[in-house]
Amino acid sequence: MSIERDIVIIGGGPAGLAAAIAAREAGVEDILILEREKELGGILNQCIHNGFGLHTFKEELTGPEYAARYVERVRELAIPYRLSTTVVDLRREGDSTIVTSVSKADGLTEIQAKAVILAMGCRERPRGALNIPGTRPAGIFSAGTAQRLVNLEGWMPGRRVVILGSGDIGLIMARRMTLEGAKVLCVAELMPYSGGLKRNIVQCLDDYGIPLRLSHTVVDIQGKERVEGVTIAKVGEDLKPIPGTEEQFDCDTLLLSVGLLPENELSKQAGVELSPVTGGPKVSETLETGVPGVFACGNVLHVHDLVDYVSEEAAAAGRNAARLVLEGAPAAGKPIPLIPSGAVRYTVPSTLDPARMEGDVIIRFRVGRNLRKAAVTVSAGGRELLRRKRPVMAPGEMEQIALKKEWLTGGETEITLDAREEGEET
Amino acid sequence: MAVRELICISCPLGCPLRVETDGAGKVTAVTGNTCKRGEAYGRKEVTAPTRTVTSTVLVAGGQSPVVSVRTKGDVPKDSIFAVMAVIRETEVPAPVALGDVLAENIAGTGVDLIATCTVGKREE
Amino acid sequence: MKKYDAVIIGAGVTGCAIARELSRRQGRFLVLERALDVCEGTSKANSAIVHAGFDAQPGSLKAKMNREGSLAMDKLCEELDVPFRRAGALVVCLEEGRLPALRELYQRGLENGIKGLSLLTGEEARALEPNLADSVCGALLAETSGIICPFELTLGLAQNAAQNGVEFQFGTQVTGLKRAPEGWTVETSQGPAECRAVVNAAGVFAGEIHNWVCESQLHITPRKGEYCLLDRTAGGHVSRTIFQLPGALGKGVLVTPTVHGNLLVGPTAADIPDPENTATTAEGLREVGEKSGWGVKNVPLRQVITSFTGLRAHEAGDDFILGESAPGFFDAAGIESPGLSSAPAIGAYVAGLVEESLSLPKKENFEPIRRGIPKIASLSPEERARRIRETPLYGNIICRCEQISEGEILDAIRAPLGATTLDGVKRRTRAGMGRCQSGFCSPRVMDILARELGRDLSEIRKSGPASQIVWEATRKGGREA
Repeated sequence: MSIERDIVIIGGGPAGLAAAIAAREAGVEDILILEREKELGGILNQCIHNGFGLHTFKEELTGPEYAARYVERVRELAIPYRLSTTVVDLRREGDSTIVTSVSKADGLTEIQAKAVILAMGCRERPRGALNIPGTRPAGIFSAGTAQRLVNLEGWMPGRRVVILGSGDIGLIMARRMTLEGAKVLCVAELMPYSGGLKRNIVQCLDDYGIPLRLSHTVVDIQGKERVEGVTIAKVGEDLKPIPGTEEQFDCDTLLLSVGLLPENELSKQAGVELSPVTGGPKVSETLETGVPGVFACGNVLHVHDLVDYVSEEAAAAGRNAARLVLEGAPAAGKPIPLIPSGAVRYTVPSTLDPARMEGDVIIRFRVGRNLRKAAVTVSAGGRELLRRKRPVMAPGEMEQIALKKEWLTGGETEITLDAREEGEET
Repeated sequence: MAVRELICISCPLGCPLRVETDGAGKVTAVTGNTCKRGEAYGRKEVTAPTRTVTSTVLVAGGQSPVVSVRTKGDVPKDSIFAVMAVIRETEVPAPVALGDVLAENIAGTGVDLIATCTVGKREE
Repeated sequence: MKKYDAVIIGAGVTGCAIARELSRRQGRFLVLERALDVCEGTSKANSAIVHAGFDAQPGSLKAKMNREGSLAMDKLCEELDVPFRRAGALVVCLEEGRLPALRELYQRGLENGIKGLSLLTGEEARALEPNLADSVCGALLAETSGIICPFELTLGLAQNAAQNGVEFQFGTQVTGLKRAPEGWTVETSQGPAECRAVVNAAGVFAGEIHNWVCESQLHITPRKGEYCLLDRTAGGHVSRTIFQLPGALGKGVLVTPTVHGNLLVGPTAADIPDPENTATTAEGLREVGEKSGWGVKNVPLRQVITSFTGLRAHEAGDDFILGESAPGFFDAAGIESPGLSSAPAIGAYVAGLVEESLSLPKKENFEPIRRGIPKIASLSPEERARRIRETPLYGNIICRCEQISEGEILDAIRAPLGATTLDGVKRRTRAGMGRCQSGFCSPRVMDILARELGRDLSEIRKSGPASQIVWEATRKGGREA
């Protein structure tokens, strides 16, 4: 079956929902959200813990409650969506993008779209990618899979648990498993610092006396059919295990919270250029990728920590996609690169077109190491446009700053975003 | 005078707080917070710490086997496992709507337990 | 007690190949397997290569069976709907001083009667494979070398045997063999069975079983081989199987595309005492990574998605043990490389010995064709749309990395010798073999298995009987499936 839509949104999680609402509010009627689960809400549906929405709603909501606010609005606006529908192909043909989806209810559908918004989120890095030696028994789960089993299906994946990775999902699951009666023996973290929010160290580990072993990793897994034990060891500065530092845990479960990867298989199929740093598409200040008419937002673009920023970012993508549909593609512009410098690992967007900027542009970025008493500067052509102080900056906490249109003359050839501790050499 | 250093958990910022108490255990100063909630948290954490509990409750006849729940406000930290014990014994019939009170004054904390998502009735 | 003409011990590729050949004859045949599925031993963890046959010692059974097995593979894979491709292979020489050994290998191949062999210079080899290491100074090209899916082959043989009347019993460990008036009583963990002939295809355990009943003893040593599997994005790094000619640095590892589009590197070789030890090791994985770079440059090791270990059944005499080793007791033992390649020939040969010994009449209605599960994602959009219209569940995607649908998973469960475990579904459909390694789909596949098998989630296994995945429901009380 072949149909046409103005805007197709791939993913009905927080990014897709916010983008859809913004596009409709900007005046586009013909929108279709494609969601592979049986309901809208995305990963939030299994994030039953609270901490969502402080910026957006000034309340601390659980994941499902945050999602419900957006789902309600989508229903209010009667924005069409298809559930249990998976997009299997994405390609550009002439002036449109063809989105191929399959579902039990609608069969195979090819949708010709004027604009597509990528909102597929991310996946978890598996054990295999870490090449952890040992047996391959049952009882090894990525933290998100365990979260789904416990929170949506109501089954306990383990009773004595070791967790590798102190990112937020690992920390949240440490608490979740403990409250459900499991014994969490320790959380091992490869880096010398935790990747998760400090509040989660307190309310997930400290509250329950769960030890955190920084600079440690799993070096062996035992158990022929089900996990029987896990060995961890300290790592050196090179992140390689130090012989002689092994510590053995008798356990039946290993949860892995070892990284999130933006889910860009479809983006690659469409020829979207990805950033090697984020794993997500390179985008302009309108969040449009290198493929005209294809926008990206949320975790598929870069992995976020706060869903509030996802919603903001997605709303911008929705508005910009709407503008494309209503006003047509603009004349070719002159994008200039946005260059990360100092401790800044990457920026989203990666290019700006000062002549085309309609207003402020939010630049989101991450630093690659911990900074104290830092300064964030934006400069162009040797001229400093912005300087902000930050008492603390960490890799696990996404930052954002607003770049005002009036600061730019239009003659810039590149813009640099830098973060470093005060007193650090240039 | 005693000093406790702790991380504020009121919001994702996680400001490091310094809470001073006198000999009688009364809070005399809170520093390091960047907002009023932080100050309030510092006082409470040192005198009568509280937490929000989130979990799931069994649903009978629903489209999902469980519904996600939370305590409507925070409860004393040392009542967390008592709250969990009640949650474990609770079963509710579908349909359950987001916001429904599933247990009043759970474990005597004065706080209700509410559903945080909606579970429809399973079609026969 | 049930009586059979022949009982086959082991449902690996060897046992299933023999079973399929036997099923061309009239008779009652039973395959006993201690695991819960076919292909759980050596057959599931190997290089997935159908060797051209130049490497084995001329005159050995390995040489004979490899050559015949390879020749028979195209027809067999067509009949059984098994993915097989003659991608070709290069044995690369890394030092000038070893070129004579390369020529000797070529001669050996000619002596073994292998077609499609030629010697290349380093430049010629690099013209075929740009990613060969700069140190490659010569290569043996074997055009008939192929890549296959060992699981599909084993399953295809087994299902076809079952189609033709062979019985399979899983979760059944053979614990003893006793002489009976008309042959043997096979004692098992699930009760005894009587038969006229026993076929020993028990892999790393074949030596133990042989030694129960034969005067001359077999010495089978499990030889561990570790592998790393790389993502499909690395699948085109080389287009042929690249072997390294052993040199000053020792025996190398191979780098090969797989028939599913991944890249496979390995194996190591370490003799171990324990036939149950399939753990990978830090040293082994490091060795694989390091050695893969000897013959091929820039192997994208960061794209590793999983690693695994296989145990080869190495017999001290370094050849297959095929034949009637005691009256009515037939060995198919010591089946290490080139065991997979030899399977069709070993099947025909050993079944032939059994058929003759038991005077089994031919079956008139032997059905040679077996169809595997359709791969809906690889169909054209029109064909895929049509299949989904006919069978809507082919449109409900469960494994998003490999685009496997609920329809295909149900096919895998409902077919003869259907999947009953998570790994069983994975191997039949590839659900869980993609980049997220079942992180996304495993709960969904478990739900489908539970529904189809009428069990609850705690009864679903990953592969073996003790591989429980979830322990119990988080809440007690009325749990409906």
